[in-house]
This record gives sequence, structure tokens and C-alpha cells, in this order.
Amino acid sequence: MCLAIPAYVEQLITGDQAIVNLCGVRKEISLVLVEDIVVGDYIIIHAGYALQKLDQREAERTLAMFAEITTLNNNDIS
Amino acid sequence: MKYIDEFREGGMARKIAARIAAEVDARRRYHFMEFCGGHTHAISRYGLVDMLPDNVQMIHGPGCPVCVLPVGRVENAIQLAQTPELILCTYGDMLRIPTANGMSLLRAKAQGADVRMVYSSEDAIKIAQQNPQQQVVFFAIGFETTTPPTAIAIKKAQALGLHNFSVFCNHVLTPSAISHILQSPEVREFGVVSLDGFIGPAHVSVVIGSQPYQYFAEEFQKPVVIAGFEPLDVLQAILMLIRQINAGRAKVENEFTRAVLPQGNIKAQLLVAEVFELRRSFEWRGLGLVPYSALKIKSCYAEYDAEQRFPVPALSIADNKACECGAILRGIKQPQDCKIFGTVCTPENPIGSCMVSSEGACAAYYSYGRFRNRDLCTVQNN
Amino acid sequence: MANPVRVKAGYTRAIDFKHGCVEMKHGSGGRAMAQLIQQLFVAAFDNEFLRQSNDQACFQGSNERMVMSTDSYVITPLFFPGGDIGSLAVHGTINDIAMSGATPSYLAASFILEEGFALSDLKRIVDSMAQSAMAAGVPIVTGDTKVVERGSADGVFITTTGIGKIAEGINISGENARPGDKILVSGLLGDHGIAVMALRENLSFQTSIQSDTAALHDLVANMVAAVPTIHVLRDPTRGGVATVLNEIAQQSAVGMMLYESKLPMRAQVNAACEFLGLDPLYIANEGKLIAICGADDAENLLNAMHKHALGKDAAIIGEVIEDTHCFVQMQTRFGGSRVVDWLSGEQLPRIC
Ligand code: SF4
Repeated sequence: MCLAIPAYVEQLITGDQAIVNLCGVRKEISLVLVEDIVVGDYIIIHAGYALQKLDQREAERTLAMFAEITTLNNNDIS
Repeated sequence: MKYIDEFREGGMARKIAARIAAEVDARRRYHFMEFCGGHTHAISRYGLVDMLPDNVQMIHGPGCPVCVLPVGRVENAIQLAQTPELILCTYGDMLRIPTANGMSLLRAKAQGADVRMVYSSEDAIKIAQQNPQQQVVFFAIGFETTTPPTAIAIKKAQALGLHNFSVFCNHVLTPSAISHILQSPEVREFGVVSLDGFIGPAHVSVVIGSQPYQYFAEEFQKPVVIAGFEPLDVLQAILMLIRQINAGRAKVENEFTRAVLPQGNIKAQLLVAEVFELRRSFEWRGLGLVPYSALKIKSCYAEYDAEQRFPVPALSIADNKACECGAILRGIKQPQDCKIFGTVCTPENPIGSCMVSSEGACAAYYSYGRFRNRDLCTVQNN
Repeated sequence: MANPVRVKAGYTRAIDFKHGCVEMKHGSGGRAMAQLIQQLFVAAFDNEFLRQSNDQACFQGSNERMVMSTDSYVITPLFFPGGDIGSLAVHGTINDIAMSGATPSYLAASFILEEGFALSDLKRIVDSMAQSAMAAGVPIVTGDTKVVERGSADGVFITTTGIGKIAEGINISGENARPGDKILVSGLLGDHGIAVMALRENLSFQTSIQSDTAALHDLVANMVAAVPTIHVLRDPTRGGVATVLNEIAQQSAVGMMLYESKLPMRAQVNAACEFLGLDPLYIANEGKLIAICGADDAENLLNAMHKHALGKDAAIIGEVIEDTHCFVQMQTRFGGSRVVDWLSGEQLPRIC
């Protein structure tokens, strides 16, 4: 299923590597497949490689879409 | 865990489920295939089926690279591992996969083969550097998500001038498998199974983007919604599919916008295109031969191709006749329909591909939902 | 320790614990072995029984019921955050005894040493055992050492055997779980397994997670004092909580229902599991216990646990239900339920 998780970029180190932090668990991963990563980004990690930068704005938008559903449900009830 | 926990929130899940219930058309049935094992896993782990109306049915697709790898290739890997002076590296997922005669890489290791579990393709490179006297073969498996790391390993081996590193490549391609399923006679002509839409892969799409699915929407008139692997993503995608169907649309939509761009990860795609080329045909366990569905290493990188460097005979090992995987992967049958489900075929002793890894349809049913099936039996017995 | 010849200090050179390593002669029954036993094991474990230099310990019995348990310890790496094979070997066997509700009295320890193993490491392990045994108040009263050729073992293997006594009226056993009972856990799950896994070659990720290895007999004593009618106690070591509950469900012919939201777990353990594709329910613990008791006693038992340092994070995590299939199920955060099955084979980190 291609296990991959978003993790916080804590530190950039040499050789296209970065240290990510997921709730206090730190791991060194490779940035070879992505570009323009800065500290503070979230990246999607699979098998030790970052596959993509997580778009934080889009994530918020998806969550907002969920929230909209609440409103729709409420409208149904009323 | 930021960007994980928000998408696992139970209260919100119930709200989306309520929305789904409110919007389904009670007069029809909806059959959706989640292609990826990741979605199957989320559905079973969070008990999402319990939350869906009865007329929404989920069909578990062939989206687990471990499950679909033919036994013959595992046998090849075991033979490689048993070669003297050779270290076979692979992901933890592959170690327990049994072959027809009950062998596995773990067992080969117990018998003296040098098999190492790696977390990343880079670890395999490191092992090759540390063991210059030995041949190191990386047994590479996976979909488009896992292919770029293998490409990097090959390029890195070249850059480092490593002559003892090669890759036994088993990377496969998702869109070809989806086409294959859509083109199977049961789905296409006879109308035996209705397949109304797809939940598109999450992390595969991170790499290949949402564009490759356009073809399915147009050619087969099936809506596709690309979704993340968290439970809220899956529910939301189901809602989006229902809305498309109710409106008579068949479009590619993207629920996983936080990670999937229309064009995907171009850097990764270029790298893959540089190192790999298409195989004319490749066997998928449960589906049979699927044209243009896998990658092989280009001849200019032949030095790093284990299939060129070592004898890797084509082994075709048929699955047990009772196994219904092919039908299950096409949505024609359910795991319970298999005569040996849960009796002869269990996660301890998988007979068919769907039982091999916990993402397989049968394994997911078995380990997460076994009681539900039993409950059904008891009800029927009464 | 076996057959120790008394060695006059003046006649032999002191063992070089800094640079020396285990040699075949250390297991051959001769002077070198006697010296190792005296200068290392007896010195560290020091107690009246060992000082007698017999092949056995002789002590006064009692007319209470006795419990006995033995366990072998093999672990890579030998040293890990929060403990080492030595503390593990002491705690593990004490816990096995304590899970019957007994008070552990004595331990025996047997070592298989690999030729070439650094004496400094051995000393570290033995000292750690001595310290753990001392802290627990359970002396190591007899033992044995054997040396095997290089390659025939992985540094050191330790077997510890323990003996203890059970007070009148205590009847704790895996077959006593009854529908309606509550299931409790003494603290945060998964620490040991993740702390050890974090050190594995190739997986290396950094966490501040420490192994939870600890002797639980004191906690158990408090629990038994509060609720003498505890039905089941078990420590969820290998295979984790999921495996232990499946075992108990089989033994007692009952089902279980866990509540996912009630499982106490460190965010870091959860995160490490996400990284590696593991299920925390199957991760090993070395200082936790599962208790099952009647519903009416549960709050009482929980309070007793909360009062002890090793039980401060205790929680009620589920209940025993009637189920002829003996399934362990879990109510997910989503309100659905799923089966928590036996582990099939070893849990391996995965990428898909
Ligand atoms: S239960 Fe086993 S044999 Fe039957 S279809 Fe599933 S994988 Fe194949």
C-alpha cells in the first residue's frame, strides 16, 4: 500500500539529507526526490525518501471541506 | 501527529458518514473499488464498512505490491539468496512471503543464506560498500511510489563505482492493472460486476500525479477520486464518488490535494524514466499476465540488473486451484466465497495472494473482520 | 556457582576486566573459572548462599504454596536505553513469578558465554543484574557458567530461574477471566520494543524512549493487598498486549473487548510505529502487566495501581465478554469494531 507519512522537517544536513521529527521520533531521510525544502516544511516520507512536500494550505482546505459537511448535516436536520 | 491525527478523527467520520447516508440514492447500488491496499487497510482497521449504507459496496483491488508479486519471482529471490557469497537485501515485507514448497526468505536465512532487511534502498548501497568482496542484490518491489528510491540506488551505485551491487527489479505499474481490471470481460461486457467508480491510489499518485487516471474517466466512463490513506480521506472520497454518480459525471477528482499535484513529482518521474523501461508483459499474482504493467532496468544500466548478471529463470508457479483471488480482485467474489478462506488459507499459511500481506483483501477480512463473518454464520445457523 | 575451587588471592593474577575477554578456560572447571566466579559473580551478587561456594543454595522452606518459573534471555543489542540483558533477566523472571500473585524469594542465574566476549561488557551486565536483584530484594543464590566457542552464541545468553511463595487465598490464573470482568493495564505500552528496535542496524531512528524493564512484584503486592480476588495477571512481553489477551481469552474460553481510545501510549511510540508500519498492540513490554478482575473491584484495583510508581499510568482498557470463538476485539475510535488477532509470525518493519 506504500506506507508513507507526513513529518516535520527539523534540520537540513549535507548531501540532500534532512532530519525529520514525528512526535519526538527523529529520522534521517533523503531529499533527492524533492526540491526547495526548508525547515518547517512537512514532507511525505516513504522508505526513507521524501516524495513530496505537503501542501499545508491544501490540507487546511480539505479539513475545511470536512467542516462544511457539518453545516450541510445541520441544514438537513433543521 | 500533525496532518495525521486530524484525518483520523472519529466524530468527523460519523458526520461524513451521515452525509453519505443522506446523499445516496436508495434506489440504486454503488460498487466502488479501492485499488490500494492502503485504503483496504484503513477500511478494515477503522471499521469503515460499518459506517456505510448497505447499498454502498467496497471492492478491494489488487493494490498491494507484496500480494501481487508472483511466487516465481519470490522463488527467484530465494535462489539468489542461496547463491554463495551473495547478500540479498530487501524490505521487511518480503521476508515472510511463502513459496509453493513452504520456503521463504526468512527460512532461507535460517538455513544460512545471507538475507538482510533494509528500510531504504540506500541501506542496500551501504551494505554493498561495506562488503566489497560480496555481491549485493537488492530485491526491489513496489508500485510507482517505491520505484524512484530504487532508481536513486542504481544511480548512486554508478556514481560510487560499485561493481558488486545490482537490483532484482519487480516494480509494477498501477494504471496498467486498473485498465486490465476494467477490460476484463466480466467487468466490461457481461455486466457480471458493476464497477461504478474507483478510489485512486494515494502515494502512487503523489509520484505519478492525477493525470494518468483521466483515461479511465473518459474511456470507461468511471469516476475516479484520488484519496489519502487516512479514514476521513477514504470516507470523503466515497462521498465524492457518490456525488459524481448521482450527477451522472465521470471525472477525475483529487481529495488528496495536500500531496498530489496533477503532474505528480516530475523529478521522480524523470529519474525513473532514465533508469527503467517498460516490460512487454508481467505476471501479477491473481490477475495473470498484464501487458506493459512492469518496469525493467534499461540496458545502459545492465551492470546493475541482477537479471542480467545472475541466472534468473522464468518460473511460473500456479496458485492453488481453490484460490479465488482473481475473482476477488475483480470484485466478482468476496473472500468468504473462497472455500479455503480461514481454514486452509490463513495469514499464517497463505495459499493465495490476497492473504499474503495484511493489506490483501483476504488477510484484511481475516484479521480485522473475522468475527463479523462468523456472526453472520451464527445468525444463519439459528 | 558450579564447583568453585577456592583460589588464594596471592597466587593468581587479577582478572583484567578492562581489556580481557571470555576464554574457553573460563568454562573449563579449572582455576580460571573459579577465579571468574569469585571475582565477578560472587563479588557482584554477594550473599550468604553464594559465599558458601556450594553447587546449590539451601534454604528454609515454608508451608505456603510455592511458585517456580524459568526464562532464557537473548537480546540484540545487549545494552539498550533503559536497561540491558542483565536487568531484563532479573526483572523478567521476577515478573513471571509475581504474575501468580506470589512474592518472589530467590533467583538462580545461568550464563552461556561466547568465547571472545569482552569481560568489561560481561562485568557491566553482571553488575546490572546485581543491582536489579538488590533493588528488588530478591537475591541470586546459585548459578552456573558455560563458555561456548566463538560463533556458537551471541555474546551472552542468560537463563534465570525464580522461586516464590503465594499467600493463602490467592488464586490468580489465566483461566479465571469471566464475562463482565474488567481488563486493566499498568502503564504506557510499547516502550521496550520500540527502544530496542530503534537501535537495530538499518532502522536507526532516534527517540528518547527507554525500555520499561522493571520488577513488578512490589506493585503486584499492593494490588493483591487491595483486591485479593484478582482473576488474572500477566505481563505483555513478546507479542505485546494483543498476544497476551488472545492467550488469556483461549485459556478462559471468553472473548474480550478493548477500547482503542483507552489504551495508554506515548505519542513517540505511536509515531515510531507509524514510521515502521507496526501495530503498537503487538510491541513488547518488560515492565507492564495486564490485570483482570471483577467489575466491582476494578476501581479499587486501579486506585491501588495509581498509588505505585510503576502503576501511575494504569488504565482500564477493556472488558471480558462472552464469546465462544474467544476473539479479542477492539472498539475503534470510530465506533466500529475489529478483531485483534494473534500475531502471525514476527512483526517486521514494512514499507507497504
Ligand atoms: S482465502 Fe486464500 S486461497 Fe482463498 S481467495 Fe483468499 S488468498 Fe486465495
